[in-house]
Amino acid sequence: MRSDQPANPSRRDFVKSTSTAGIAAGVSTQFPSTALAKSSLPDVREKAFTQQVTLTINSRKHTLGIDTRTTLLDLLREKLALTGTKKGCDHGQCGACTVLVNGTRINACLSLAVMHDSDEIRTVEGLGTPDNLHALQDGFVEHDSYQCGYCTSGQLCSAIGMLSEARKGMPSHVTPDLIIPVTLNRDEIKERMSGNLCRCGAYQNICNAIEDYAERDRETV
Amino acid sequence: MIFDKASENVFDQQRVVGKPQRRIDGPLKVSGSATYAYEQQLNQKLAYGYIVGAQIAFGKISGIDDRKARSAEGVIDIITYQNVPEVGTGAFLSAKALGGPQIQHYHQAVAIVVATTFEQARAAAAALVVHYKRENGQYSLESLAASAPLSKSGAFRPEPVTSLGDFESAFHRAAFKVDETYTTPDQSHAMMEPHATLAYWENDLLHCWTGVQQLNWGVRDLALALGVPKEKIRMRAPFIGGSFGVKGTVMSDTVLAALAAQKTGLAVKVTLQRPLVANNTAHRPATIQRVQLGANPDGKLIAIGHKSVSGNIPGGRPEAAVLSTRYLYHADNRLTELKLAELNLPEGSAMRAPGEAPGQMALEIAMDELAEKLGIDPVELRIINDTQFSPEHPDKPFSKRNLARCLKRGAETFGWEHRSAQPRSQKTGRWLKGMGVSSAIRGAPVMPSAARVTLQSDGRLNVKTDMTDIGTGTYTILAQTAADMFGLTTADIDVQLGDSAFPESPGSGGQWGAASSTAGVYAACVALQEKLADEMGVSLNDLSFSNGQIVVNGKSIALQSLALEGEISAEAKMEYAESRKQFEHQTFGAHFVEVAVNELSFEVRVKRMLAVCDAGRIINPKAAENQVLGGMVMGLGAALMEELVVDERLGFFVNHDLAGYEIPVHADIPEQKVIFIDDVDEYAGPLKAKGVGELGLTGVAPAIANAIYNATGIRVRDYPITLDKLLASSNSI
Amino acid sequence: MRPFNFITAESPQHALSLVAENKNAKFIAGGTNLLDLMKLEIEAPPLLVDISKTGLDKIEKREDGRIAIGTSVTNSALAADMNIRRGYPVLSRALLAGASGQLRNKATTGGNLLQRTRCPYFYDTAQACNKRLPGSGCSAKGGFSRLLAVIDVSDACIASFPSDMAVALRVLDAEIELCSLTGTRIIPIRDFYHGATTQPHIETVIRRDELITRIILPRPIGGSHFYEKVRDRASYAFALVSAAMVFLPDGSARVALGGVAPKPWRVESAEQLLTTDIDEYVRIAFSGASSTHENQFKIPLAKQILTTLINEHKEAMA
Repeated sequence: MRSDQPANPSRRDFVKSTSTAGIAAGVSTQFPSTALAKSSLPDVREKAFTQQVTLTINSRKHTLGIDTRTTLLDLLREKLALTGTKKGCDHGQCGACTVLVNGTRINACLSLAVMHDSDEIRTVEGLGTPDNLHALQDGFVEHDSYQCGYCTSGQLCSAIGMLSEARKGMPSHVTPDLIIPVTLNRDEIKERMSGNLCRCGAYQNICNAIEDYAERDRETV
Repeated sequence: MIFDKASENVFDQQRVVGKPQRRIDGPLKVSGSATYAYEQQLNQKLAYGYIVGAQIAFGKISGIDDRKARSAEGVIDIITYQNVPEVGTGAFLSAKALGGPQIQHYHQAVAIVVATTFEQARAAAAALVVHYKRENGQYSLESLAASAPLSKSGAFRPEPVTSLGDFESAFHRAAFKVDETYTTPDQSHAMMEPHATLAYWENDLLHCWTGVQQLNWGVRDLALALGVPKEKIRMRAPFIGGSFGVKGTVMSDTVLAALAAQKTGLAVKVTLQRPLVANNTAHRPATIQRVQLGANPDGKLIAIGHKSVSGNIPGGRPEAAVLSTRYLYHADNRLTELKLAELNLPEGSAMRAPGEAPGQMALEIAMDELAEKLGIDPVELRIINDTQFSPEHPDKPFSKRNLARCLKRGAETFGWEHRSAQPRSQKTGRWLKGMGVSSAIRGAPVMPSAARVTLQSDGRLNVKTDMTDIGTGTYTILAQTAADMFGLTTADIDVQLGDSAFPESPGSGGQWGAASSTAGVYAACVALQEKLADEMGVSLNDLSFSNGQIVVNGKSIALQSLALEGEISAEAKMEYAESRKQFEHQTFGAHFVEVAVNELSFEVRVKRMLAVCDAGRIINPKAAENQVLGGMVMGLGAALMEELVVDERLGFFVNHDLAGYEIPVHADIPEQKVIFIDDVDEYAGPLKAKGVGELGLTGVAPAIANAIYNATGIRVRDYPITLDKLLASSNSI
Repeated sequence: MRPFNFITAESPQHALSLVAENKNAKFIAGGTNLLDLMKLEIEAPPLLVDISKTGLDKIEKREDGRIAIGTSVTNSALAADMNIRRGYPVLSRALLAGASGQLRNKATTGGNLLQRTRCPYFYDTAQACNKRLPGSGCSAKGGFSRLLAVIDVSDACIASFPSDMAVALRVLDAEIELCSLTGTRIIPIRDFYHGATTQPHIETVIRRDELITRIILPRPIGGSHFYEKVRDRASYAFALVSAAMVFLPDGSARVALGGVAPKPWRVESAEQLLTTDIDEYVRIAFSGASSTHENQFKIPLAKQILTTLINEHKEAMA
């Protein structure tokens, strides 16, 4: 039974317009109405809310006071000069910003820093350094698993997180049977890594490196 | 140094050049230590810029109300056309980096808001009120196609018309004909790093850290945009997060960052927000192409006609889809025509294999259609029409052309003999199977290029050039070149790129980067060798280099010892002899693809891909293979999913983010294989190498289109070949 | 993105009282849709109430065999839960077909239900959109509509609903528990979403002062479960059309379709035709459809998907 229209508008009421399009004078009627200007403009003279957040990044504890709007990604890149994690789209559409939060991979662009108080974050810088590469990083160099390098950090952190998920037996879209244990084959790797775009198209080499690493270094992460 | 032809040289030993190498910048990239434009750390007060894009496609700004935006927290300044001198256009693009009062296209930058933090700049930008007066623009290529005039010739504009013999009558009398129209959509480069620039002024010297592929163009065009002398600009781009042509010169981020830095006295950095990139920057224009092929019963083409139309903003360039047709197949009677319509969509510009990629997307389906009509195998048909002489200039040979070899080798390796010539005759379960083939061709120009090579007192060699690495592997191939010249390994070489203060190269573009920049480094190495010979009082012929030693008259001393009292440096530029113009310089390939098409939903899954490439010596097979694999991925995207959808009422690309503009993901990629025909080209340069970066893309999409036809019996001539197009056609099967 | 206060609620009651005090506040759990929209200023709440630590992150099997899924359970945790995998595989499959691994690790049950459309005109604040700004018009009509709804549309809006999870919940007859300071109500998912409406900005029956606390699944219905999702690329893409289908032990079948309407599309009254006359099922299920030239393919595609699943099921049974 359908409910009637609620007396009070839902909380997803229309948002006060933030439009920057003005009234189009002389517009021909073929265009949709741009009545956007009629709505009231937002008041941006409000000050940012600042909050303190404490998080551990690559085993180092940080306490900062930040604008609540700061994403985890921008905290890393702009406040802590940890620019290894990349901003490819800022809208969760490319995976270049993938980091590990308490061992779980997420897109850092779609998370607020204040949502991670007390969390442990691991970024690509925490995997290894040029002189002391993590086995997977070295595998990427050996297999030429990059070209421009901009998606690379995300691919690496995502792979580490993905392997952990597979070890825990988490299924994927291509897992044939939801009940029996998961076997991490090539198709599984490809599906599980599909949240990391690579426009240079280094996909085959990325998967080669991950496959290689998964076979050799199963125990260490 | 002037190059005309390479004789036997050190590179023929394939000690370093020619061997697979781990990239020397690899450890930096995998550890997050490679710094891109937005990430440069300065000892300067830094402000953040945020760009506002126009909300109409065409018309005028009728007013700007920046009161609320200016009073927003943290705002330092807001730049619009109203408060800076008019921004000029560069030499390559027609749209202005800063619009106003005239708006030339949707999301053209109309302002940059500068604030203390990124969040503040973004919020203030949303509060900027810009009033527009829309004007009616032209947005439909299809409706303008018939009346579009011929494109004009000029820089980066091929001759609009070429002809040979009498096309019309030859086509008319041909026993077998194909006469079809093919379309390719607008495409977006969609590189992973959005355009970004960090700019600051030191008195009247402008510093920019950005992602421009060709720094000489970037400096030239930024100078034109700002009205400052080129000498007063230093541009640096050591790492670039992909480009594929859309960072060939400066875009709005660089110009506006520079203006903002100038006006505020601060260092300003800005990155284009992803949803702005497709409409604000540039794209590959759509084409409508008519291909006419006429052949004798034995398969020999007697007539080739190719006419293409694309659109661009006033002053913009055509997508020269007829270009590769002029070089690919032999026929005595030919006509190619390039037309350009005026559209008020965002500006079209170069994208990987400009003209060539979409041109082959049409031509290579037409060849497949002809093969079917003739009853001749598609691989065979292409071999029959191969030639060693430039099709439009029959007295001009190709410097090296192994197209037939690519096709044969590919057919053999791929198992082409298992393909059924009869379409829709192979099925496994619910999946229709098919195979397709395409030739591939891409021009191999070379450009003058300079470099400086320095023997340091620690024995290391330093190479400097303003050449860039956009993922192509430049750092490593330049190290390989120097390593071979001095008997070193790449671990002994430091390569510094992407600084306009370094000797000038042509940058990455035109598939000329690898060949040109290695030649420039070679020239500098020879100059350094000559200097060392001079130092030692011997002639260059008496010297040889190996294992970090310099060997003279049987005696060897450490290379390092020559520089103990001070580094020794040499700079040189490689240029090209007129005599090279007697040849046609191209790279060639063949693509083989197997697809499976779901017989009910018509989802297409590519199952196997093979590319066979003929590009001279392959300098670093590890990186070159990856380049070709990447081109195959991009071609898969072009065939099956990529399209910037035009809203023809409103004049913009609607799907302007990475969710809406779909590029291939990991799960789309099948088993891929690359074979290189290792046949060096002595006319290409001292390394006898050409480029592969763009060759890897050309021909991929039509091979997939042809495979889909073989699987389903449905011929789709409009890219991308999405399932709805197959579903619609299947009703008539 | 406008400035906002961020408060981590300690309990559902605490969260509700915070929202009661600030009428424009929003709840946030994973934030993968909300933050996306806030960056574009399509949403601009002055207060975010974080409910991720209010204890609503459990999946509990009840004594009567029903399952209660907390609103802040992540999509990946839900998909991987063995009770779900065994008893409600269509739900697990639907979740796994959505988004990416990273997004599923953060996105939550409640957030998934409440996500907004991905219509490109909704997302572009320069374009007229009745859902984003009531009364401004609908740019999608007559524009790029390939990915939008073919049925249950109105003159005001042709947006489609992008959730895969909701399609599976619809075929399972899930219920949604809504709590407010004044009480709790349970809404069948069938009644949760508004369809065609002159007010497309009002998408569900949820009130401003309510919080989704749980999804309740009925006892397992058994049978063969399928979630088929057809998209333009092999992964990480929204559905062109999807189908959550269950073939029950008694020989009947039920299906909910995604990608075709502003909510999961299920036509119970025609379901007996699924096993006897697919053409007729499609005709009835899509009667009254208002497709565009660009998206009309979704109807034959839906039929193809159903045919595929029916064949697959027959083969599995043989």
